[in-house]
Amino acid sequence: MHNKIFYSLAIILLTVSFYKDKTKTKKSLVKAWKSFENILPQMLGMITSIGIIIALFSPDTISKIIGSSSGWLGVFIAAIIGSITLIPAFVAFPMAAILLQNGAGYMQISAFASTLTMVGILTLPLEIKFFGKKFTIMRNCLAFILSFFVAFVIGKVVS
Amino acid sequence: MKIVKKYLIFIIALIVLVLMFILNKSMALNALGTIKISIREMLLILPPVFVLLGLLDVWVPRDTMVKFMGEGSGLLGAFIAFIIGSSAAGPLYVVFPIAAAFMNKGTSFINILILIGAWSTTKIPMLLFEYGSLGPKFMLTRLSLNIPIILVIAFTINKAMKKNEIDTIYETAKNAN
Repeated sequence: MHNKIFYSLAIILLTVSFYKDKTKTKKSLVKAWKSFENILPQMLGMITSIGIIIALFSPDTISKIIGSSSGWLGVFIAAIIGSITLIPAFVAFPMAAILLQNGAGYMQISAFASTLTMVGILTLPLEIKFFGKKFTIMRNCLAFILSFFVAFVIGKVVS
Repeated sequence: MKIVKKYLIFIIALIVLVLMFILNKSMALNALGTIKISIREMLLILPPVFVLLGLLDVWVPRDTMVKFMGEGSGLLGAFIAFIIGSSAAGPLYVVFPIAAAFMNKGTSFINILILIGAWSTTKIPMLLFEYGSLGPKFMLTRLSLNIPIILVIAFTINKAMKKNEIDTIYETAKNAN
């Protein structure tokens, strides 16, 4: 559904652009292709690695490790798993719900959700390519540490 | 040789996948399933994003972007960055080339940081999934914590980066697009 908005917007603007100035439109498409090609190799490598890593863990194993009685160690492990994996939201959150039903704790799931969206270990090479080492390490470390704070509050509020 | 180097991670991952097929077929099929979903997501989201970025590059004058999102754009600039990041679709790695395009147009560093922060945590489609799967209490608690966290991360990094380091990042962005 969300994609449709993007596609409609791109098609409408492209049509308007084409009517106004053909050479400019062509230039913009060449740019689009170039920047796409620029990140394609890293993306393919990343996606394949993620698929392999996710397959190594079954939901059953995961909920054993990050159960509600696993405490801060479970939170830490959940944060690490979230940092490594990179799955779309429409897979991640239903999966998180299944993990909860299988005995995972809210704090652990919160840490997993936070680092899943904010920390990307497998995307580090790509982020470094654009922003350099210092920025990338700082951003990921801060996000990692703060996800524990969020987990702590979630543990108090939701249970 | 250049192509091999460019695709090195992908090639290694493929070799691992083949080994997995030999050792544990069902696990490999599982991995393949996830890879298929991710690639489909990538191919679905990226084309319109890059077309829009190309159009932005050609049509929107640098001066306009500097005015709304550049140095001294203040709260309005931060607000625009937050809205763009939140209304986005797609995983975190998609934001990096987008950030590069915005940097080329003169968006200030703090607004780039806010854009990345919003993209990673307050994306509206993602919040909808979180709401549906884990309930309103979980989603709203996380959201109300994440908004200040985005700002904390943005201001901390903005302070810690030296001017020449930021300049290097903007230089890199020029070559990326």
